[in-house]
Amino acid sequence: MITEIIFAIGFIIFAPFIGALIGGIDRKVTARMQGRVGPPVLQPLYDVFKLFEKEKAVVRNEVNFYIFSYLIFVVFTGALFFSGSDILLVIFALTLAHVFLILGAYAAVSPYSHIGAERELLQLMAVEPMLILAATGFYMATGSFAVKDIALWPEPIFMTIPLIFVGIVYVLTIKLRKSPFDLATSHHAHQELVKGLTTEFAGPTLGMVEIAHLYETVFFLGIVWLFFASMPWVGLLVVIIVYFIEILVDNTTTRVRWQVMLRSAWLVALVAGAVNLGVLALM
Amino acid sequence: MSYITKSPWIIHYDGSSCNGCDIEVLACLTPLYDLERFGIVNTGNPKHADVFLITGGINEQSRAVVKNTYEQMPDPKVVVAIGICAATGGVFRECYNIMGGVDKVIPVDVYVPGCAARPESIIDGVVSALGILEEKRAKMAEKGGKKQ
Repeated sequence: MITEIIFAIGFIIFAPFIGALIGGIDRKVTARMQGRVGPPVLQPLYDVFKLFEKEKAVVRNEVNFYIFSYLIFVVFTGALFFSGSDILLVIFALTLAHVFLILGAYAAVSPYSHIGAERELLQLMAVEPMLILAATGFYMATGSFAVKDIALWPEPIFMTIPLIFVGIVYVLTIKLRKSPFDLATSHHAHQELVKGLTTEFAGPTLGMVEIAHLYETVFFLGIVWLFFASMPWVGLLVVIIVYFIEILVDNTTTRVRWQVMLRSAWLVALVAGAVNLGVLALM
Repeated sequence: MSYITKSPWIIHYDGSSCNGCDIEVLACLTPLYDLERFGIVNTGNPKHADVFLITGGINEQSRAVVKNTYEQMPDPKVVVAIGICAATGGVFRECYNIMGGVDKVIPVDVYVPGCAARPESIIDGVVSALGILEEKRAKMAEKGGKKQ
């Protein structure tokens, strides 16, 4: 019990800094790929601190409530995950967090943020089947839904559910808001209808969205790591390779239409999930 | 310790300029000048921006847009008028529809002269704007502290 609480608190304290470091390296590598020098590695932290120095300008007060709930539930999701709790609960908490984000964007009355909110809903729809199938895959591989049991499983789960891993990496691009699936909002300038989902969020409100994104990055890379939990260092290497591929894809592809995103994500979920789980069920 | 000078986000608006200065502004973001070195990002969204880069002498139709954009930016914020048209109206000064400078519509903090303004002088202008931005932030924090 105590180790679980320590892990949860550790996540809550350190995840934003790790996330910011990952984000900073991401921006540096992106800049190098484009032949630029790039910002300092700690730039994401500077951005967040700066946003909290700005004026609290908000369209409606509900927006702040929704966005704060989004942040809280993202932190809750990650804390549940890293304390080894039930993976289904983790996935549902994550969905709830994103529902709050979408409500926040809808509450800010603006056509741009409405389009962003609708696209975020589509992204959620695209990702959800794969996450549920991944949870099922973890269960079929280890006989438990608890992240703790999955992490302590003696052999790498990747060997049992490799196709599910591929599917998770595919939807990771959507979740990390990377091109070609950065439909709702993007970190790249001038790719979005103004700024999509976050158009109407200013100052501290945007800061909360950014912090939530830092937590989310660490959480999703945690899921990638879970496939190799029995070999922690190999897992770390895989996480680094996967994230590098994400950056590469981000820099070499253009955004697709939402139809392509939704269909391809569901197709990958269906093929990867059904084939992998079907084989497991037959064995 | 202030972070606003480490991550100033820009919004760029063309208030009826000939597009010469706009090309130079965007040139600052290219690999050669790479403004992102200083954490500067071109957001294209007034609600996220700290620095308002504006080119051209502002005409009757863009006046309302400039005002609206300026008012949507959360404090602290600075305005940088880029090019001679943004400063005084330039060669368009006598036109019937030209306001004759950005400062006729919104308060301007830094003027960057030139036709077109060179990327080096634009970067110089933005950097001196950061000093003013920091002053404004300090003033705002002081005011906020008094309120509490």
